[in-house]
Amino acid sequence: MITLLEAKHVTKRFGGLTALSDVSLTIRKGEVYGLIGPNGAGKTTFFNVLTGAYVPEEGELVFNGTELPTGKPHLVVAAGIARTFQNIRLFREMTALENVMAGHHIRSRANPFSILLQTRQAREEEHLITERAFELLRYVGIERFADTVSKNLSYGDQRRLEIARALATEPQLLALDEPAAGMNATETAKLRELVQTIRGDGVTVLLIEHDVKLVMGLCDRLAVLDFGKKIAEDVPAQVQQNDAVIAAYLGGHGTKAAGAAA
Amino acid sequence: MNELALAIPWLGKRNPAAARWVVMALAIGAPLIAMLFGKTWVRILDFALLYVMLAIGLNLVVGFAGLLDLGYIAFYAVGAYTFAFLASPHFELHLPFWLVIPIGAACAALAGIILGLPTLRLRGDYLAIVTLGFGEIVRIFLNNLNHPVNITNGPQGINMVDPLVLFGWDISRPLKIGDEITVNSLFLYYYVFLAFVALSVVLVQRLQVSRVGRAWAAIRDDELAAKAIGINTRNMKLLAFSLGATFGGAAGGLFAAFQGFVSPESFSLMESIAILTMIVFGGMGNLAGVIVGALTLTALPEILRYVAVPVQERLFGHVLLDPEVLRMLLLSLAMIFMMLLRPAGMIPAHSRYSKPELVVGKTAAEAAK
Repeated sequence: MITLLEAKHVTKRFGGLTALSDVSLTIRKGEVYGLIGPNGAGKTTFFNVLTGAYVPEEGELVFNGTELPTGKPHLVVAAGIARTFQNIRLFREMTALENVMAGHHIRSRANPFSILLQTRQAREEEHLITERAFELLRYVGIERFADTVSKNLSYGDQRRLEIARALATEPQLLALDEPAAGMNATETAKLRELVQTIRGDGVTVLLIEHDVKLVMGLCDRLAVLDFGKKIAEDVPAQVQQNDAVIAAYLGGHGTKAAGAAA
Repeated sequence: MNELALAIPWLGKRNPAAARWVVMALAIGAPLIAMLFGKTWVRILDFALLYVMLAIGLNLVVGFAGLLDLGYIAFYAVGAYTFAFLASPHFELHLPFWLVIPIGAACAALAGIILGLPTLRLRGDYLAIVTLGFGEIVRIFLNNLNHPVNITNGPQGINMVDPLVLFGWDISRPLKIGDEITVNSLFLYYYVFLAFVALSVVLVQRLQVSRVGRAWAAIRDDELAAKAIGINTRNMKLLAFSLGATFGGAAGGLFAAFQGFVSPESFSLMESIAILTMIVFGGMGNLAGVIVGALTLTALPEILRYVAVPVQERLFGHVLLDPEVLRMLLLSLAMIFMMLLRPAGMIPAHSRYSKPELVVGKTAAEAAK
């Protein structure tokens, strides 16, 4: 197995609060990797460090053998990591198709001059972007809403559109922040299929999720965070039996989680 | 142009081709119609076209990229003064206009970047305040840079700016065709300005439906998400500021040549606000709306001025309300009614930055499968 992403001793503090403390984990190429933990465990913070939104105080992230830039989200996307948001963040006034087309930004080259002069290269690229965006909409199954303004889409479709937009950046690692949040059982089942299709097409998936059933069924391996620390990293079956994990979720002896749960 | 045609009530939807001809005929015939009411009206039309150009440029910043700019008139000033410096007796320079206008536009673009750099992290109200300050700084500089070294000639402004000379043909002189017909220079300026406006529309439309236009729209809708899909928001914002300023700078150069005179008082805060009002009134983010807004809000106060003064004289025997006061009053009233009745402007922006025909064609093809 080839390592795609390696986080080495990542620490992130907000003032006195240590949101991530010495977190190390490795994601292998082609797997679905889960990141779970109780509320406030630092999952989203890890996401934000990974995608360049936050600059960690210590540690580094190695992606495909090179160190990821910190604090520069667009360079992280260029390196091949795309993300979605816990609370959906679409370009609300743009149509579904335009959202995905905007996602192609980083993989297209037209500059203002070639656009103003409408060079053949610029026109061809524009045409290609439209085609590919449409294909991606079909891929996630919402092509019939191509022309719909994205704020008018249903919740589930908005989630799908956000995934399509992330895929438009042609990532090697797709990071999904609680994609099933607020979804009903049918929608969750469809989402699971979609994630499996994405993985089948060679994109590694990092999944933050609260839905334990979904995570256990979908992930090849997962890590558990609690109070900013990694308390377990293993295949789902092992994690389920891990004492520290059970303590963190249900409360137990001698852990901080017990105090918090009480 | 197509959008303008479509916006014509009734005809636009039924017969777009005919509507397009109407728009074109109106654009070309407007000064002839205006001439019926006197030469002043042709002059007003000339100014209206300059405002259209300014509105198109400001719309690029405010409407497309969502960066509220209250100091836009500064770029107009930069363009106008660049023209005055390089083509007037002030520095004894008389460069041709096809050189001076691009230089002015480039200087304005540079000013746009200078304004953009320190304001990258600001949004909304905060950005508005800084840009407002920027506009005032430029005006105050122009007002005071006559001492110790006289650069701008201070409040007196710069006189005798060269007119536009197209290939050795001075368009500020009436054109004589044969012995009978003379064409007033106001007409000639109108068509030159019209050409500039048409060019601006084409260029801005190309930007709007491109990778760059989508990136701007993305930043406007959600900056964080825009970053998360790899858009370099810093560069894109600077690009918006500088490209928007370019149009302002070019319009400024035309203004200097047309007026033959530039002074700081033409570039007050009220002008920035007037242009912003035009694009909000017409429909922010929509080119057709912006053009209609600029034309309406330039023409209406003038009509009012010509009506209001005689009416007041007849009613009260003297003029109670100065036309300039009335203009501001009218702008404010227009804004209030617009916000109440049509908050998105006269012709609201469609959320369409891609090519609709492509999408529609595609969807139809899909359905057929």
